[in-house]
Amino acid sequence: MAKANLDRKDMPRQSPEARAKNFEEVALGYTPDLTAFEASRCLNCPKKYCIGGCPVGIDIPAFIMALRENDLPRAARVLKEKNALPGVCGRVCPQETQCEAVCLLAKQKAPIAIGRLERYVADWERDHPSSEKTVIAPPSGKKVAVVGSGPAGLTCAAEMARLGHKVTMFEALHVAGGVLMYGIPEFRLPKDIVQGEVEYVRSLGVELELNAVVGKIDNVDELLSQGYDAVFLGTGAGLPLFLRVPGENLSGVYSANEFLTRVNLMKAYRFPEFDTPVKIGKKVAVIGGGNVAMDAARCALRLGADEVSIVYRRSEVELPARREEVENAKEEGIKFRFLTNPTKFLGDAKHQLLGMECIEMELGEPDASGRHRPIPKPDSAFTMDCDVAVVALGTTPNPLIAQTTSGLHVSHHGTVVASEATGRTNKAGVWAGGDVVTGSATVISAMGAAKRAAADMDRYLRGVEQTPA
Amino acid sequence: MYRILERQDLTPNIHLFKIDAPRVAAKARAGQFVILRQGENGERIPLTLADWNKDEGSVTVVFMEVGLTTKKLALLQAGDALTDFAGPLGLPTHIENYGTVVCVAGGFAVATIMPIARALKEAGNRVITIMGARSQSLLFWEKEVGRYSDELIVITDDGSNGRKGLVTEPLRDILAKEGNGVTRVIAIGPTVMMKFSSKTSEPFKVKTIVSLNPIMVDGTGMCGCCRVSVGGVTRFACVDGPDFDGHEVDWDELMARQRTYLEQEASSLAQWQCQRGACAQEAR
Repeated sequence: MAKANLDRKDMPRQSPEARAKNFEEVALGYTPDLTAFEASRCLNCPKKYCIGGCPVGIDIPAFIMALRENDLPRAARVLKEKNALPGVCGRVCPQETQCEAVCLLAKQKAPIAIGRLERYVADWERDHPSSEKTVIAPPSGKKVAVVGSGPAGLTCAAEMARLGHKVTMFEALHVAGGVLMYGIPEFRLPKDIVQGEVEYVRSLGVELELNAVVGKIDNVDELLSQGYDAVFLGTGAGLPLFLRVPGENLSGVYSANEFLTRVNLMKAYRFPEFDTPVKIGKKVAVIGGGNVAMDAARCALRLGADEVSIVYRRSEVELPARREEVENAKEEGIKFRFLTNPTKFLGDAKHQLLGMECIEMELGEPDASGRHRPIPKPDSAFTMDCDVAVVALGTTPNPLIAQTTSGLHVSHHGTVVASEATGRTNKAGVWAGGDVVTGSATVISAMGAAKRAAADMDRYLRGVEQTPA
Repeated sequence: MYRILERQDLTPNIHLFKIDAPRVAAKARAGQFVILRQGENGERIPLTLADWNKDEGSVTVVFMEVGLTTKKLALLQAGDALTDFAGPLGLPTHIENYGTVVCVAGGFAVATIMPIARALKEAGNRVITIMGARSQSLLFWEKEVGRYSDELIVITDDGSNGRKGLVTEPLRDILAKEGNGVTRVIAIGPTVMMKFSSKTSEPFKVKTIVSLNPIMVDGTGMCGCCRVSVGGVTRFACVDGPDFDGHEVDWDELMARQRTYLEQEASSLAQWQCQRGACAQEAR
């Protein structure tokens, strides 16, 4: 094996000063030269650990070797074999904990920048639409309903369509993409990239029904009785959690979902060109420490807030957000108040948010999650001014599907119970995958679950075919 | 495509659209609402169902021109199409034979009360309807609502039709006169009217249901924008409601949340109207 090249190349980004004032993509993508150099570093090792680190099993060395030979159509083909959404994954996957974590070069802290290479290929393909159509199996005669058009739904729909089944995807909102459209900001994931990938899925023959709230229109039982042979639930985790402290319903207190939906899906950052408004804070407090909190804080800053703070009850070490996004936020000027927990929202006589009462925390013994438990410090209460607060504490599944599907097993957390290996629920003909099963997690883990479910649905549908009822 | 099959102007600024939406019509029930969007830059707004026809596959909504979106909607004619239309959302109004029910409708909420009064009547209730508006020019559907009401009381702020005053006055009279004979009040209209209807019925201890209209975005339980405090607990009007016990609603909080975007809404409306004015001049 050749001597490892440890000179991993960074991706050009907008300067912090510039990007803090616009919603354009922060990371600009590799140039052809950077791509060629980075691809050249791949050791193409005999044991391909990286593939095992990818929840959807992309043949990573194969696409990198194609890149190295400057055969971009082949690189794109290799990606699309396993991943219908490479433009999305190349941008928002936590590669550092997946494929890149198990790269042999990671031991020297210089893993191949797999995500950046994936993004490069996806973007190249977008600019060079191929005349080569994805191979689709002959029609199976089976109909599949996919509920939800986020990462899980899109992945399951694409797989099932490729396998020859007739797929209809139902989406409650007026645009497909789920959390990719309403949750992740334009500056991390441009919406036309998402729509391009939705169009790819539709090009496989998937029918898309927008404005279709399953459970309010036909429910899952009705879909099954009306001729769908299988149903996949990819409805995500959309129900926001709140702190449950006084004053939480003051005007100016948002859930991260509402704040991000207004900004990303409804394009409130372009108000009044777009009709949906959002409150522009002077002092904004974002409560939570995950990627969603970082996204909300960085949106608030770009909307024109004077000061944006992340308020997190543990310390910096425990922040669940991707390191890269924490660094981006810091560079842009987001402040961090660690070991701080709000206990009350304070308002004026007109119920407008004025600030928060907070207490300081200290870290105790590790809890069930393995992280140090935050404990309130006695006599540490203080107030913090803010006129907009965004609560980003996570989400649980929307109960609508569980409430309207007869006999479906649901955990006490509200998640649908499904096999991790196959996505099967307890209900015949119904599969589930993604956040609706796991609670809020990553785009790629939802996609992995959807792929496993699709494989099992295909086996089931073909089995049914062999033994007519 | 959500085509407008029919448009009626019920008053100069209250309009009715009958919309081609078979999936919504198939499941619609009294008290539910839809979320619609007009134009690619449009916002999502909730409107309560005024009627529906399963056979025809149509759904009827009534709206008053107040802000940018409703003014944009008012420009549409039969044959035009809405950009997006999703529903039926929310829980239907709980209907049973309560005995005697007083329905109180303020302003264009007469359209919302209609299917509820009809369902109550069909369930065997004695229905007394109070419909109020600022003035005669804002009143519509007297005959239609009257058809499902054993008694219909019309009241206007200026006395231009029916009794002069506010809807709370006949409500108080009926409750005082009938005592425990009234088993339920259903009040739907502007928030302030629902608040005072609830305050009026509270001393009489008559269960009072209101249909709340907080600001919504998705309308399916995802964003939490529509949260209201009811009996000290946070509820989402879009999935837990829109109907709640009016005696338990934190009205001041609700009204404060409804005012969140007043300034921005006024400025975008002004800008839009100005743009339209400017366009008209250029065309001349």
